[in-house]
Amino acid sequence: MGFRCAAPIARWRPWTTEQVFGSVPIKVDAAARQVRQLEQNAAEFGIELFGMRDARRGIVHIISPELGCTQPGMTIVCGDSHTSTHGAFGALAFGIGTTEVGHVFATQALLQRKPKAFAVNVEGQLSPGVSAKDLILSIIGKIGVSGGTGHVLEYRGSTVRSLSMEERMTVCNMSIEAGARAGMIGPDEVTFEYLKGKPRAPRGEAWDVAVARWRTLVTDAGARFDASVDVDAATIEPMITYGTNPGMVLPIGSAIPDKTGDAVFDKAMHYMGFHGGEGMLGKPVNVVFIGSCTNGRLEDLQAAARILKGRKVAPGVHLLIVPGSQQIKQEAEAAGLADIFKAAGADWRESGCSMCLGMNGDTVAAGQYSISTSNRNFEGRQGKGARTLLVSPLTAAASAVKGRIADPRELL
Amino acid sequence: MQPIRRITSKTVVIASSDIDTDQIIPARFLTTTTNEGLGKQLFADWRYQSDGEPKGEFVLNRPEARGAEILVTGRNFGCGSSREHAPWALLDYGFRAVVSTEIADIFRGNSLMNGLLPIVVDEQTSQWLLHHPGAQVDIDLESMRLTLPTGTSVAFPIEPFARHCLLTGLDELGYLRSKLDDIERFEAARASSS
Repeated sequence: MGFRCAAPIARWRPWTTEQVFGSVPIKVDAAARQVRQLEQNAAEFGIELFGMRDARRGIVHIISPELGCTQPGMTIVCGDSHTSTHGAFGALAFGIGTTEVGHVFATQALLQRKPKAFAVNVEGQLSPGVSAKDLILSIIGKIGVSGGTGHVLEYRGSTVRSLSMEERMTVCNMSIEAGARAGMIGPDEVTFEYLKGKPRAPRGEAWDVAVARWRTLVTDAGARFDASVDVDAATIEPMITYGTNPGMVLPIGSAIPDKTGDAVFDKAMHYMGFHGGEGMLGKPVNVVFIGSCTNGRLEDLQAAARILKGRKVAPGVHLLIVPGSQQIKQEAEAAGLADIFKAAGADWRESGCSMCLGMNGDTVAAGQYSISTSNRNFEGRQGKGARTLLVSPLTAAASAVKGRIADPRELL
Repeated sequence: MQPIRRITSKTVVIASSDIDTDQIIPARFLTTTTNEGLGKQLFADWRYQSDGEPKGEFVLNRPEARGAEILVTGRNFGCGSSREHAPWALLDYGFRAVVSTEIADIFRGNSLMNGLLPIVVDEQTSQWLLHHPGAQVDIDLESMRLTLPTGTSVAFPIEPFARHCLLTGLDELGYLRSKLDDIERFEAARASSS
């Protein structure tokens, strides 16, 4: 492939002027040091770096597909658990730790045991206002945050086939939130159409050869799985988390189940400031974050813009919209989406991970409620004491407008 | 890595289930470029008040926790991110084994790489351990058995190759590097066929 190791840069993506890398500032000192070290290491060992001065920079799980680096049949590893995203292309992709990253740099190989296979069969049509994010949150709610441990998930069925590549990436991205290191979707015409003409995709004759090979990378009819679950897409509603892990999730119009007395539930409710039996709609919102490797792609921004067009962010609410890559930023600006966001009163930023994990200084204050399109609502994930509720871009935008947790279907 | 055969220690219990890596070590500490000294930040948000003072009631701040090398937790320990800082922080603090009914995949792999034993036990054993904090427990990697002070002994699973590496102190990278010729041959064959 001529593309074996590369270094992306996104977590430290900055927002004010203190440390300057090229034209780009970094706020946190230690982060600046880390980036400098990465730049030095990449230069010393001849690793291609998509660094701070690179127009193609962004979140690795967004730029790799965008550049056509992610292709069916590949084995892709990265020191980040949301590497599962790339499984949307029929690649085996999973997160690894620092030591294993070292093994890959040194040998291009990793010792692995064969994981078990878990079929997630999704049939039926998603309703208007219900997105891929709602689908994966609903799957996690169904199988639980450790339901996929030891397994690779394969998302199958007519619903999955009808999803765009961006939607498929949203689904595979959160496989790890169900405990599965990897999630995959068999490659098909949608995959090939997406990849065709991408900068790192094969061209000419090599393209035809590649597609012929990729077509063989689908699960055999009658294949046996170690586990399976059936999901009816038509019954899924916009979903929202209410607790401190992504499995604590419910349809937005529902009430929090009352499990008072269960230690995990009680601890989560105490942290979130919620009680069993309460409804979610109408609860207050302080911060809304639209972005991340889960929902920072162009279609996600288009969805947010559908709601925000001609509307204003509610007083007192901070809406932060962060594109997943510089390419998406430019596309969103060219398509007028950025103007819609700014007119609505949103904060439109440089690309990166931003408030998903708050490593760049974008954090939520203790006790505040953050409606977020990211992937983790763990305690302190978006800042010490921050209370995160995971939703789709539509629900995030609707909640920003209403200033309260809102059902996006009311604003469509 | 030092060979590991056996760990005999009292336990510390944190009974919560689904303890994620953001609790083990929050993301704001990931800007370090070294893996040393992370024990101070282990469970930072549970362990310290916002002014940095230790929270007296948190188990790691209590005198009886001192010197314990075995951490017992509720199910699904280590879920979430792939940060290897999680096992680094646990090891730097002084833990050498984590015992639960379920341990998340990536955390488990990272732990094995660093000589932190991820020990998965049955529900009954786990319940006994959760209800007897401070119990003196023996973990024998050679026989793959965990023994309670009651004398009850249970088997635990561990990947054979990982066990071999831990018992002999062999670095997995050393093994992989010894296969570099095979790896290069495989890659060359792949490159010419695709």
